[in-house]
Amino acid sequence: MRAYGAVLSANFRTLLQYRAAAIAGFTTQIFWGFIRVMIFEAFFRSSTAAQPMTVDEMVTYIWLGQAFIMLLPWNVDRELHNLIRSGQVGYELLRPVDLYNLWLSRALAFRTAPTLLRAVPLLTLALLFFGMGLPESPEAGLAFALSMVGALLISCSFTTLVNVTMMWTISGQGAANMAGIAVTIFTGMVVPIPFFPEWAQTVMEVLPFRGIVDTPYRLYLGHIPASETLFHLGHQLAWTVVLVLAGRWVLSRGLRRLVVQGG
Amino acid sequence: MVDAVRLYIRYAGISVRGQMQYRASFVMDTIGQFGIMGVEFIGILVLFSRFDTLEGWSLAEVAFLYGLVHLGFAFADTFSRGFDSFGVSVRLGDFDRLLLRPRSTALQLAGQEIVLRRLGRLVLAIGVIGWATTALDVDWTAAKAALTIATVLCGAALFTGLMILHATLAFWTTETLEMTNIVTHGGVETTQFPLSIYRPWFRGIFTFVFPLGAVSYFPALAILGKADPLGSPLWFQYAAPLIGLVFLLMCLRVWGFGVRRYMSTGS
Repeated sequence: MRAYGAVLSANFRTLLQYRAAAIAGFTTQIFWGFIRVMIFEAFFRSSTAAQPMTVDEMVTYIWLGQAFIMLLPWNVDRELHNLIRSGQVGYELLRPVDLYNLWLSRALAFRTAPTLLRAVPLLTLALLFFGMGLPESPEAGLAFALSMVGALLISCSFTTLVNVTMMWTISGQGAANMAGIAVTIFTGMVVPIPFFPEWAQTVMEVLPFRGIVDTPYRLYLGHIPASETLFHLGHQLAWTVVLVLAGRWVLSRGLRRLVVQGG
Repeated sequence: MVDAVRLYIRYAGISVRGQMQYRASFVMDTIGQFGIMGVEFIGILVLFSRFDTLEGWSLAEVAFLYGLVHLGFAFADTFSRGFDSFGVSVRLGDFDRLLLRPRSTALQLAGQEIVLRRLGRLVLAIGVIGWATTALDVDWTAAKAALTIATVLCGAALFTGLMILHATLAFWTTETLEMTNIVTHGGVETTQFPLSIYRPWFRGIFTFVFPLGAVSYFPALAILGKADPLGSPLWFQYAAPLIGLVFLLMCLRVWGFGVRRYMSTGS
C-alpha cells in the first residue's frame, strides 16, 4: 500500500509543476463556460414550455462541468503510451508491485492533481461572480461530495481500462477516440441527461458515464433528491468494480502476449 | 505565385503520402474526429427537440450556419496546421532552416503538414450543410450561391489568419500557448450559433476584434433571408466575407514583423 501511495504522491507533485498550463487551461475553461451559459440562456429565452431544469440550475451545472473538466476520462496517459511503445514497460514489470494497482494509482494522480488545480479557483470565481448557486441543501452538498469520490473512481478505472488496451493497439488513438465519443455524450457534459428523449435517458441511466458528471451535479442541485444518494453511489461503485475487473482481465491477457521491443 | 502554388502542392503530396503509410491509423483518426464532432452536433439536436427555436432560428437554419463555420474551419485546419507546432520549431531552432530557403516562410510552414484526419470535420460539415439546404426553403439565386462559396473560402482565410497569429506569438514566448485556442476553437463554438444571442461585449469580440461573425452570422442572414435584430444592412452582409481576406493579409503582415525580429534560440 505504501508503494502505491508513493507513486501517487510522486505523480501528483510532478503534475503540480505545470502551473502555466493550469493558468492557460483555467482561462480557456472560463471562456468556454461563458459561451455555454449564454447559449443555454438563449435557448431558455426562446421557449416558455416547461423544461426538465431551470435556467439557474443549468448555469450551476455548466460551471460545475467546467470546474471538474479534468476529471473526464477522455484521453490516455501519454507517458504510459511512451512506455509501452518504447518497450520500457518491461521495467514496470520488474517492480515488486501489482501492475494494475500501480497504473490505477497513476491514473488517480493523473486525474486528481489537475482537477484540484482547476476546480478550486474556478468554483470560487463562479460562485462569487458568475451566477453559480450553492448546493441546494447541506444534505445535497454532502451527497455531491460523496458522489464526486464515486465519479473519481469510475473515471480512473475507466482510464486504466483504456490505457491497458494500448498493450494491443500500441497507438491507443483508436481507443482514446472511442472513449472520447462515449464520454462526450453519455456523461451529460454536452447536454444534461434529463434533456434527452426518454428512450435515450433509459440507456444513459444504465451506463457508467453518467456517474462522472450527471449524477453528482444533479445531486448538488437537489435535482436528484439527497435521499436517493445511496442508490446512485451503489451504481457508481458497482461500475467501478466491473471496470476494475475488466481492466485486470485485459491486462493479464495483454501481459501473456507481451513482446518487449528493443534491446 | 504559380511557383508557390506548385511548391505547396508538392509539399501536400509528400505529407499525404506519408500519412497513407499508416492507413489504418488514418481511417481510425478520421472516424474519431467525425465521431467527436458528430456527438457534439447531436447535442444541438437534443436541445432543439426541447426548445424548438433559438431566438427565432430554426434547427435547419442553425445547422446551415454550423455547416458554414465548420467548412471554413475544416479547410483551414487541414491545410494550415503546420503553424500549430511552430513553437516547437522555434524552441529547437528548426526555424533557422526555413529561413535559409528562398521561399516564403509562411508557405513553407503551411505546407509542413496537411492533417488529413481533420477531414472528419469536413465530411460532417458537408453532411450537415447538405441536410440543412434540403430542409430549408431557400430561394437560391446566383448571388446567394456565390456568397455561400465566398463565405466558406473567406472563412478558411480568416481561420488561417488566426493560426498564423497564434504561431507568431511563439516568436516572443517560444512556445505556442493553449490559450489562443479560445479564439479558434472557442470562436467556432461561438459562431456556430447566431451572434445575436450573445451579450454585447462578447458579440463585440467576435465582430470587431476577431471578426468571425463576418464569415458566419452576417452572410448567413443574407443567404437565409432573415432580418437582423442587430440591424446590419444587406450590402454589409454581402460584403462581410471580404473582411476574412483582409484579416489574413493583416496577419501575414504581423507574421512578417515577427520573422524580422526573430532571434534563434541557438540550440
